Amino acid sequence: MRALVACLVLLALGVNGAERSNGVLHHRVGGVSGENFLFSGSSASSVVRRSPLPQPTPLPVTAPKRIISLIPAVTEMLFAIGAGPQVAAVSSFDRYPPEVSKLQRVGALLDPDIERILSLRPDLVAVYASQADLRTQLERAKIPVYVYSHAGLADVLVTLRQIGERVGHGREAADLARSIQSRVDAVRSRVAGRARPRTLIVFDRETLTLRGIYASGGIGFVNDMVEAAGGVNVFSDAKQQSVQATTELILARRPDVILELRGDPVAADIKTREVGLWRALNSLPAVRNSRVYFLDDQKTVVPGPRVGEGVELIARTLHPTAFR
Amino acid sequence: MALARRLALTVSGFGLLTAAAILTSPLIGSTHISLRRAFDRAIPFADNVDAQIFFIARLPRTLAGALVGSLLASSGVVFQGLLRNPLATPFTLGVSAGAALGAMLAITFSWSFAWAGLSAAVAASFLGSLTAVGIVYGFARGRHRGLSTNVLLLAGVTMNAFFSALILFVQYFADFSQTFRILRWLMGDLDISSYQPLVSALPLVVISFVSFAWLARPLNLLSLGDENAETRGLNVVRAQRTAFVSASLATGAAVSVGGPVGFIGIVVPHLVRLIVGPDHRLVLPASALFGAAFLVGCDVIARTVMSPLELPVGVITALIGGPFFLWLLVRKR
Repeated sequence: MRALVACLVLLALGVNGAERSNGVLHHRVGGVSGENFLFSGSSASSVVRRSPLPQPTPLPVTAPKRIISLIPAVTEMLFAIGAGPQVAAVSSFDRYPPEVSKLQRVGALLDPDIERILSLRPDLVAVYASQADLRTQLERAKIPVYVYSHAGLADVLVTLRQIGERVGHGREAADLARSIQSRVDAVRSRVAGRARPRTLIVFDRETLTLRGIYASGGIGFVNDMVEAAGGVNVFSDAKQQSVQATTELILARRPDVILELRGDPVAADIKTREVGLWRALNSLPAVRNSRVYFLDDQKTVVPGPRVGEGVELIARTLHPTAFR
Repeated sequence: MALARRLALTVSGFGLLTAAAILTSPLIGSTHISLRRAFDRAIPFADNVDAQIFFIARLPRTLAGALVGSLLASSGVVFQGLLRNPLATPFTLGVSAGAALGAMLAITFSWSFAWAGLSAAVAASFLGSLTAVGIVYGFARGRHRGLSTNVLLLAGVTMNAFFSALILFVQYFADFSQTFRILRWLMGDLDISSYQPLVSALPLVVISFVSFAWLARPLNLLSLGDENAETRGLNVVRAQRTAFVSASLATGAAVSVGGPVGFIGIVVPHLVRLIVGPDHRLVLPASALFGAAFLVGCDVIARTVMSPLELPVGVITALIGGPFFLWLLVRKR
C-alpha cells in the first residue's frame, strides 16, 4: 500500500515536473544518438542552406544569468553572442575564448561533476544528448537544460540561433548565424568551378606512426566543412561519422590531399615529422604532389561560431590559388 | 625414432597449413589488385598502386599476424606448462595489463619519443609488460628455492587487477579521442603499414624461440611435478626461470606489434594438443605454426567480412575463441 502511495506521489511529481518543464527546450531529443535522423548531411549543397528548426516551446521571460556549458562549442557560441557574462562554469575541455580560463570547471561529457553543478545554482545547463543521467538529475532539481548533439554544419547554425533565443541574445545570434552563413557562401562561390580535390580527412591516429588512422566518413560537420571548402571526402560513401582507414583503404582511395586536423596544438617539429611519415605511401597523389597538411587549429574541429573561419582555412589549404 | 617421425610429420603438416595461410592472405583484401602489375619490375614502385597495396598494406600485415599468432600460441603453451594450469594464457601473469598501461600512458600524455624505431605507444607498452612481469617474478621468487606456481598465479591475477585499476585512473586524465584510441589499441590491430615493428621485435623473437626449443623436454618433466622432475635430473629452477622469462618476452614482443590479441594463447595450444597429444616436443612447434596460420586466417576474416570497413582482429579471435574456451571448460569437468 505504502509503495503504491509512494508511486502515485512520484507519478504526480513527475507529471508536475513535466508540466513545469515549459522552460526546458527539448529540441532534437528522440534519436538514440540524436544526430542523423534529421539530416542526412551528405549532400553539401543542401547543407547550410536549410532553414532552422521551428522553436517548440515558448521562451522564458527572464534570460538565464548563471549558465553552465558542458560543451566547448556552445561555450564559444555564448561568448560570441555577448552572453559571456552570464556563463558561470564550463567543461574541463574548454579553451576558447580566453575568458573561460577564469571560470570554474565542472567535468565534461563522461565525468560531469553533478555536485559542483548543483552547488553553482545554475539556471541553465547545456548538456550532451547522451548525458541521460545528468539530464534526469537536473530535471529532478528543476534546473532547465539545453540538450545538444553533434551533427552537420547546418546544425551548428540551428544550435546557435536556438541557444541565442534561449539566453536572451536571439538577435545577436541571428546576426552571427547570418554572417557565418555568408562567410561560408563566399567561400563556396570562390571555389566554385574549381577541380575538387579528393581529400582524406584524418581526425586522429597514433602519434609518429601511420597506425590506427581514423578518418571522417560522409557524415558530420567536418565532412560538410571540407565539401563547402571545395573538396570531396574520399570516404563520403561511408554513412558514418568516422571510419577506421587501413593502409590498404587509403592506398586504394588515392586521395589528392591529406588533411590532418587536430584540436590541440602540436609542436612544429612534430608536425613536420608527422607529415613526413606519409612518404611511406608514395603512390598517393597527395604525397607525390606534397599536398599533406597538418592543421592544429580548433576552428576546424569545434562546431562553434568559428566554423566559417574553419571553412575558409580549409578552402585556403585546398585551393591556395583561389585566395591570391 | 618414433618421435623424430612424428615430429617431421607434425611440422610438415602444420607447416604446410601456415605456408598456405601466409601465401594466400596477401592475395585477399578489400581492393582488387592485379598480381601481375604488383610484381612488374618495369613500373617504378612509386607509381605502382598494386605493388604498394601488396607490399606496404598486405604483406607486413600478414607477417605481423604470423609473428604475433606464433608468439602468443607458443608462449601460451609455455605458460600452461610452467603453471601446470590448462587455463593459463600469455596474459594471465599481467603482461597485457602492463602493456596496456604503458600504451595508455603514452597515448594519454601524448609522449612523442621514439625508441629503437618504435613509436612511443609501442615502446611504452613493451616496457609496461616487462614491468608487470618483473614485479610478478619478484613476488614469486624469494619464498622458495624455485618459483612457486601458486604465488605466480596469484601475483599475476593481482597485477592484472591492479594495473586495470591504474588504467582506469589514467583514463580519467584522457580526453575523448584518447580514450577511444586506447580502447581500439586493446582490441588488437595488425595493420602495421611498415616492416619496422617486425624488425624491432626480431631479436626478442629469436631469443624466445631458441629458448622454447630448449624448453620442450623440461616442460614435459615439469608436468610430472617439481620433485619428480628434479629426480630425473632437471634443474627445475633454471627451467622455470627460462620458461617464465622467454614466454614473457615473447608475449611482450607480440603485444607491442599487434596489441593484446586475445584467446590465441589458449585456443591454439588446446586444439593442437587434441591433434598431437600432450608431448611438448610436438605441441610447441605445432602451436607456433598453427598460431601463425590461425591469426593470419582471423585477420583475413576481419578485413574482408565487412569490406571495405574492417573489424578489429581481436573481435574475430574472441568470437571464435570465447565459445571454444567455454566448450573446453565444460569438457574438462
